[in-house]
Amino acid sequence: MTLTLDATPDADPVMAHHNAFGAVAAGILTSVLGVAGVGVGLAGMLGPPRSVQIGWLVPLIGVALQLDPLGGFFIALTGAVAVPVGVYAIGYARREHLGAVPLSVLPLFAAAMMLVPAAASVSTFLLAWELMAAASLILVAAQHARPAVRQAAVFYAVMTQLGFVAILLGLMVLSAAGGADRFADLSAVPAGARTAVFVLTLAGFGSKAGLLPLHAWLPRAHPEAPSPVSALMSAAMVNLGIYGIIRIDLQLLGPGPRWWGVTLLVIGAVSAVYGVLQASVATDLKRLLAYSTVENMGLIAVALGAATLLAATGATSAATVAMAAALLLLVGHAAFKCLGFLAAGSVLAATGLCDLDRLGGLARRMPATTILFGVAALGASGLPLGAGFVGEWLLVQSLIHAAPHPSTVVALATPLVLGAVALTTGLGVATMVKAFGIGFLARPRSDAAADAREAPASMLTGMVAPAVACVVLAAAPCVLATPLRRVLAAVPAAAHADLSGMGTVLHLPGLAGSIAPGLIAVFLVIAVLVVLGASRWGSRRRPPPVALPLWACGADDLTARMQYTATSFAEPLQRVFDDVLRPDTDIEVTPLEESHYLVAAVAYRARIGDAVQDLLYTPVIRAVTLCANGIRRAHTGSVHLYLAYGALGVLIVLLVAR
Amino acid sequence: MTALSYLAGAAQIAGFALGAPVVIGATRQVRARLEGRVGAGVAQPWRDLRKQLRKQQITPHGTTVVFTAAPAVLAGTTLLIVAVLPLVATGSPLDPVADLFAVVGLLFVGTVALTLAGIDTGTSFGGMGASREITIAALVEPTILLAVFALSIPTGSSNLGAIVAHTLANPAQVVSLPGVLAFVALVVVIIAETGRLPVDNPATHLELTMVHEAMVLEYAGPRLAVVEWASAMRLTVLLALLGNLFIPWGIAGPDPSALNVAVGILAVATKVAVLAILLAGAEVFLAKLRLFRVPELLAGSFLLALLAVTAANFFTTRS
Repeated sequence: MTLTLDATPDADPVMAHHNAFGAVAAGILTSVLGVAGVGVGLAGMLGPPRSVQIGWLVPLIGVALQLDPLGGFFIALTGAVAVPVGVYAIGYARREHLGAVPLSVLPLFAAAMMLVPAAASVSTFLLAWELMAAASLILVAAQHARPAVRQAAVFYAVMTQLGFVAILLGLMVLSAAGGADRFADLSAVPAGARTAVFVLTLAGFGSKAGLLPLHAWLPRAHPEAPSPVSALMSAAMVNLGIYGIIRIDLQLLGPGPRWWGVTLLVIGAVSAVYGVLQASVATDLKRLLAYSTVENMGLIAVALGAATLLAATGATSAATVAMAAALLLLVGHAAFKCLGFLAAGSVLAATGLCDLDRLGGLARRMPATTILFGVAALGASGLPLGAGFVGEWLLVQSLIHAAPHPSTVVALATPLVLGAVALTTGLGVATMVKAFGIGFLARPRSDAAADAREAPASMLTGMVAPAVACVVLAAAPCVLATPLRRVLAAVPAAAHADLSGMGTVLHLPGLAGSIAPGLIAVFLVIAVLVVLGASRWGSRRRPPPVALPLWACGADDLTARMQYTATSFAEPLQRVFDDVLRPDTDIEVTPLEESHYLVAAVAYRARIGDAVQDLLYTPVIRAVTLCANGIRRAHTGSVHLYLAYGALGVLIVLLVAR
Repeated sequence: MTALSYLAGAAQIAGFALGAPVVIGATRQVRARLEGRVGAGVAQPWRDLRKQLRKQQITPHGTTVVFTAAPAVLAGTTLLIVAVLPLVATGSPLDPVADLFAVVGLLFVGTVALTLAGIDTGTSFGGMGASREITIAALVEPTILLAVFALSIPTGSSNLGAIVAHTLANPAQVVSLPGVLAFVALVVVIIAETGRLPVDNPATHLELTMVHEAMVLEYAGPRLAVVEWASAMRLTVLLALLGNLFIPWGIAGPDPSALNVAVGILAVATKVAVLAILLAGAEVFLAKLRLFRVPELLAGSFLLALLAVTAANFFTTRS
């Protein structure tokens, strides 16, 4: 049975019927699993810790599960992402004709992601991790008939498996040094092993979270995966990379020494700035969102690093604030990134396009999707009234309160990191203005965008839930105070958590400073109404309002091609950050045959690749190819030669064994 | 919190709402006199606003609610900022609601609203202005946040009332190394954020050199009036903030008497007037920078702000 369906609407009717049922079943199953995950996660955060040992499931080691506040937080977060994605997938699978295999793996992927934070032993953790990686790989390769998808899938497969190897080695060292398989039974780990575990797990988990320089799979896999899968991966799976760092490095081995904090700060700050820079010049909507994930994971790593560093230097209140910032950023990112990818999927399903240069004018044809994407973009920009604001505010506050008597490391690190965070926020605003403004406002830049239709009800329903979550996070983050307190108490760097000040007015625990995001929203609405009222002064004497053609400085036949595109909108930024982005532009001027001074045609080509990827990955890939070619030369297909190899091998073994 | 603090807050909002166009008029008048012209008088912006408000409401074809709502959002955020900042008295009733970071965020919400409106028109000039404005804003934001950071380190809080009160108690801080560096950085970013020379020319008539004006080309009548009024307010309130952060004397305390409030109003009006005249006087001698030289200016101010924070981290001794 062939599993790939290209996007022809008149596919085999039996298959279509089968898929319609499959879509509903897979979507509902994913959502039900998500609801269960939210319930279990809440029980883990608010109730007493529980653990289960299922001995028969895996021979020799068994499966050990536990439910504690930290794991519960991530289970609930994953479940909360899975619920809307499941609902959305029903409509999306029908419209985009997803095959049976991706549909059946979707709920499995959601379940595997919720299993990872529930693992109580090293072996169970690795099993769940690999199950999650394999399931996500199948989903990325869902539309494998397209060459771009196959390339992305191979890239993702290699990176995720290399990451797994790093985690496997790290956890084996941990298990051997700690003398136990279960996390709870681990004894104190000696310093050398501790360092090795930190470095190995940071590489492995960092590659899953998309931290530099191991981020390259994100901007490749996300645009090619089906949108509900992108949403699950970007809003839930990358979080588990952060979970790994918190659980293994900051909880089991924590609190870490200063250099762990500094390492996390540097990696996080570089990831955040690089991610947002790439996002600001990206023209593919899903690629832009993928780089924005790199940015946000970078910010979360910065918060974790700040918590570690501050706790190691004795600023416990500031460390608690930084840890709370990391958790709030995680929740906020999950909400707005899930919504962003689902809305991008709606655009893709309606127009067949993700290229911002050819989109535009969707606000009139897809008003609901436009509003929903606007909510996501506001959250991602980190401005007040957005879901990301409170998390970023807490992060900045934790950096401010590193004083009064900072050590030299802290005194130098905090301004630099704050500069990076601030630059990230500024560029993030520009990125999201571009994504929303160019993609959804103005006039359509192609026929496909002009003929867009609004997404079906199930897709819209799936998007409304994360949008509501965004609004709640933006206006009333205090609803998270109780669960956050339980989770923070479980992390050594933030164990002295006192979040009693998190009410409508959010007071920092133990520090001066306060903010009231809900009241800001209320007062802003009042201020806007006042302005609207004041601007009605003299309205009775005005002639009646009219709608007229654009003035456009007197130009009367504007075409849609004259508008700014995503590329031209980001051109000033590209120019400013030329050295980092290294754009590859090419202008070809063809003169007329008669005269060199008259131009017949101008061709302009611009490509912005990933500079880090070009510098770091290309040499590695080239070296691997060289080695593989060398080894291939030994395989001639001659049986005599293989017999000689065998004999040589036996001889070597005999020599060694003697 | 007495009734007089609320009165001070109300006086602050009303004073800035009514006084902002006069400040713009004053800068234009100073410029005109220095350039040897007679000038239109300080009340001319108010006469312009009245004229615009009586005109017909025009909605261009193809624009959405973003275009319609942007002026109100811009003006609303500015009004909220005026209500939050400690300009007349330190004990503003809204002080715990938003700190300096939230104020900077609100400033950017207004910028973003206007940028989106520029894109929404679907014209080349709208997109061009939006692209330039957001590039400048993206580079201004880090500097503002760092300068704010430098100012909040000695205070130990980023709430504005606390910063101003701390400066009042420790006057030497104004001329300390972090204070001076942060001041210079803030001056540069305020000039960039409000679109004054040498970053943007508010009096330009050539579309290709426009930044702020290019975004609002399609606005006319009452909506243009709101945009212009909001722009005037932004300039005025940022000048007042600069004045109060570095020369806070005269501001009424958290529990003011009627005389204190009157002195506070007079003090902030004087500070704004002096700063506006200095700004206008300086503009006479400046030419507009090329657009791609502006990032260099902003990078310079970013560096100053970074030095300010580092200096504050190393040289601050807080009890």
